[in-house]
This record gives sequence, C-alpha cells and structure tokens, in this order.
Amino acid sequence: MKFFQLIKANLFRKKVRLLLTLGSFAVALFLFAFLVVVKEAFSRGVDIAGADRLVVVNRIGLIQVMPISYRDKIAAIPGVKAVTHDHWFGGVYQDEKNFFPQFAIDVENHRLVYPEFIVPDVQWKNFVKDQQGAIAGAQTAKRFGWKVGDRIPVKNSLYGPTKSWEFNLDGIYHTEKSGGDESQFWLQWKYFDENVPSVMKSTAGWYILRLDSPDDAVRVAKTIDETFANSSSETKTETESAFAAGFAKQFGNIEFLILSIGSVVFFTLLLVTGNTMAISVRERTGELAVLKAIGFKDRSVLFFVMAESVAIALVGGLLGLGLAILAIPVVGTALNGLLPNLILSRSALVVGIGFALAVGAASGLLPGIGAMRLRVVNALRRV
Amino acid sequence: MVSVNNNGHSTALIQVRGLNKTYRRGGEEIQVLQGLNLDVDKGDFVAFMGPSGSGKTTLLNLLGGLDVPTAGTISVAGDEITHMSSGKLTEWRARHVGFVFQMYNLIPVLTAYQNVELPLLLTRLSGTERRQHVEAALSIVGLADRTHHFPRQLSGGQEQRVAIARAIVSDPTFLLCDEPTGDLDRKSADEIMALVTELVDKHAKTVLMVTHDPVVATRAQTVLHLEKGVLVEAGKPRQDVAVGGGA
Repeated sequence: MKFFQLIKANLFRKKVRLLLTLGSFAVALFLFAFLVVVKEAFSRGVDIAGADRLVVVNRIGLIQVMPISYRDKIAAIPGVKAVTHDHWFGGVYQDEKNFFPQFAIDVENHRLVYPEFIVPDVQWKNFVKDQQGAIAGAQTAKRFGWKVGDRIPVKNSLYGPTKSWEFNLDGIYHTEKSGGDESQFWLQWKYFDENVPSVMKSTAGWYILRLDSPDDAVRVAKTIDETFANSSSETKTETESAFAAGFAKQFGNIEFLILSIGSVVFFTLLLVTGNTMAISVRERTGELAVLKAIGFKDRSVLFFVMAESVAIALVGGLLGLGLAILAIPVVGTALNGLLPNLILSRSALVVGIGFALAVGAASGLLPGIGAMRLRVVNALRRV
Repeated sequence: MVSVNNNGHSTALIQVRGLNKTYRRGGEEIQVLQGLNLDVDKGDFVAFMGPSGSGKTTLLNLLGGLDVPTAGTISVAGDEITHMSSGKLTEWRARHVGFVFQMYNLIPVLTAYQNVELPLLLTRLSGTERRQHVEAALSIVGLADRTHHFPRQLSGGQEQRVAIARAIVSDPTFLLCDEPTGDLDRKSADEIMALVTELVDKHAKTVLMVTHDPVVATRAQTVLHLEKGVLVEAGKPRQDVAVGGGA
C-alpha cells in the first residue's frame, strides 16, 4: 500500500495516453463479451440438451416432414419411454420483425418428453381443452406484454395464402434449467393439422423421444433409422445435443469465427498496450535509475511497471464489461429474437477479467524486465 | 582525515585500496582508475576535481555501489562492498548512501514530500514516522513550506534542496554529490553549498563531491585531483585553488 501513491502518480502521468489505453481495453473487453455471448447463445441448445433425448428428422432435411404414423412405430421400440412431435409454424405477430419460434405440439406427450418446461397444471388443462389455445414462454409473453386470457393473432403464409390464426393464451411456461429457452409459442397440433392444406395433413416436422436410459441411445437411433429405411421418408436420428449442434452449424462455424476474431483482438491489444508500456518505461529511464540508485530492488521496479500495466488492464476491462452488461440486453431486445437469448454469464465475466489481467501482465512483462535489467550507471549517463 | 597514500590498515570510515576500473570500448581497453588508495573519515567533506574523462564520476559510482571495480576493494564502515551481489549492494545503498545528482533527478509526478519520502518506503517505518522524518529533512533544507509542490513548481535551487532532503532523510552513512551545482546559477550554487557545508558542520555528515567548479570546491575540507585515473594531489582547498590558478 505504501507504494500506491507512486504507482498512481505514474499512471496519471500522461492522462490522454492513459485514457486511450483504458479505451483500448474497454473496447476489446466489450467486444470480447459480445463474442462470448453470441457463442454461448448458439451453443446453449447443446449445453442444456437432455442426455436421454433423441431427435428424429427427415433424412433429406429439417424442412421435410414425416408421416404422423411414425409416432406409434417409434413408441413401440424397446427402450423408448415417451415420444412426442413438433411442427414448425413460422408465423409473425403483428409485424414481420416480431419473430419468435412457434411450434404445433403434441399435447398428450409433450410434458412427458420435456419435463423442464414448467406450466401450472390449471393453465395446462385449459390449454388441452381449448383447441385454439396457446402457451407462450415467459420471455415472449413479457416482450409483447401478453397475459393469460389474451387473444393472440398470428399471421402465417407458410400454409396457403396469408391468414391470421387466432389463439387464446391459456398459459405461460418457465424453464427450470438456467439459460433455458423461454421464447417459444406452442399451439395444438390438432388445430394446426385441421387448418393446413391436405399435403401437410397428418405430418410431423420432427419427433423427440425420451429413453429409458441414455445407454440405449445408439441402439434405439439405429433401430429407428433401420425401421424407416427405404420408405418415402427416411429418418436421421441423433441425440438432442448433436441435433442442437448441427442446427447451430447451419449458421457457419461460429466457434471458429469467434475464436479467430478473439485472437486478433487479443494480439492487437497486446501489441498496443505492450508498445504503450514500453514507451512509458523508456520515457522514465532516468527516474527508474534513480529509484534503483536509492535502493529499490530490481523486482520492485518490475513490480511497479507490472502493477501499472495490470491496473490499466483491470480498470479498462471492468469498464468494457460494465458497458457490455448494460448494452447486451438492449441489443438482445433490438434483435427481436433473431438470435437466441443473449445472456452475459458470470463465468464469462470472470473469464473476461482474467483475459484483461493476462493481457495486462503480458504487456507489462517485457518493458518491466527491461526496467529491471537497467544498469543504473548507464541510465544516469543518458539523463 | 583524508589520505590518498595509505595502502595498509586504517580505521577510516571509507577505505579504498588498489582501485582499478577498466572499460572495454570496441577492441580497446580504457583504464579509467589506476590503483587508487583513499581513506575518508566520518565527518570529512572531500571534493574531487579534474578534467572531463579523468574518472571522477566513475570513482563516485564505485564508492556508491552503482558500479563494480575491475580490481581493488572498497570498504565502508567495515562492509566490503566490492564483492557484494547486486541485490545485497542495492540493500547496502539504501542504508548507507545518499545520492545528489547534477540534474536533481526528482520524480516529476511526485510532490516534494513524496520525493523525499521515497527512500523511507524501503524501511519498516510507519506512516507517522515517515512523515516526521520527511518534515525534518525538508525543514533542514529550508523547504518546510513547499511540501506539496511538484518539481515543476520549484526553482532549480529548490529542486536541488529537495534532492538533498531525499539524500539525507534516511540518515545515510555518507552523501555522494555529483556536480550538485552544475546546473545552477552562482547564487543558487552558493546556497546549495552553504547547505552542504551545514550538513557537514552541524549534522556531522560525510560528503564526497565531484565538481568542476573551483569556487564550489573551496567549501570542502579537502580537494583531491584526479588526472588520468590517478589521484595526484591532496590539499587544503585554498592551496588547491591557488595551484589551479582559479578564484
């Protein structure tokens, strides 16, 4: 603590340079937080996927449907505990920009396969009884200011001419898993099936099944795909996490992209701050020599340089992360559900601070070693 | 009593024996100091004079433990410093040497108080004790009312006074002054030398000073001449000035 004044005084020696260096860290950490948030948003489906769930899709592609008759055949396979099916609805609420995922669900089995979605029993019963009923995730309900009992018109043009489908909001669901998806909107598959063109009737977009044991996954997946081999709708069965990962990859190799951008940011920041610290030390050669002459040890001089560098990194980093905490919810709202939930997790903040400290320490190390090795006699001669 | 001829045992505070310093520049060896002997007692005030390149500053650096000799020994208060490791030498400097430089070498972003406090940060003194020492040192140099001024807010003479306060604040065994008046006008130089003399006379400080200025050298009790790395004469200042033909 007794060296605090000295370190602080040196930090504020060149205020413009200090501000610019702090700004570099703040911008870099702000960007870092955004990259991490986007990466986590894409990988969240993989992280929270049930280990005991399989997803069955049409082998040709996700947008191809399968006959509804597959459900009973899949349910009959040993090791399958429950089967449900979803169908993509793809409507918009009031305006094209109001995008959120809507699924026609199988009300009989949905809760058996997805126990993590919590709907109060009364609301669920009302939903099952109400053919035009719907359940919305808490996030979507909050976004549009919906409450139970509201009439929700959803425009859809995927299944014939554009028309408005009217739904009664019977319930709002939450998730018990942290970071779970609370943006979905569920309607009854039966209502959907009655109102789509004949070519789409009696079809399912995909099946989701729950296993007695995750150990059965390979065997059950193989059995399902063999069962429907050489049919008009061959299947591709995979674990839910593999399905989620494959879905995320449709957007490109997000992880590689983020890693590449992150690396460029890291090395640029390292060069900028390293250069700044080197200049700062070079300007103070004489002062450092005097400190050493009056008895400050080499490691003290190294400590002063490193402390300055790390302090700049920490303050700049906290500034950037603080801005990110404020900005990310705003950006998430502005994106209108185009990206999955943008959540800046505590672990991301810790990694961010660690990243800032590492860059700070690395950028101060070489100039610090230079200052440490400074020969007093030579340095004083240069003053 | 200062002596340059003794190469045997003595009880002097500072004892230099057979001191050699050689630099290598390219393929050429330059011998800066050649077999110097020197005894300085506690409370002595010695001025080193000589032309540029004669080895004055090199001798001061060696005496202050900032550089190591090629051969020979330096003992201060019984500690032989020539074979100390770099770390030990740094600790030794903190305890025994107060430096005063020609260009003052204050830290510009610290106040006079903070500059003077620097050597005390290396001690175990409490904040209150440090404050007492700093205030006493600044009072001795006549700058008790300038504690919160930054170096840029002080005149050259005042800056050098702060540097002297920094040199004496930890009560070192001796002071090394390298051209302490070299960057000052005559009036300021006189004031600084009056202060240094007062430190010797009133506070019994031991001072070794390098100077080009014969007038400044008259303040010392003893003036030694360095020529081509050899201490060639010693004497009373007035005699020295007379020999040099100066003031």
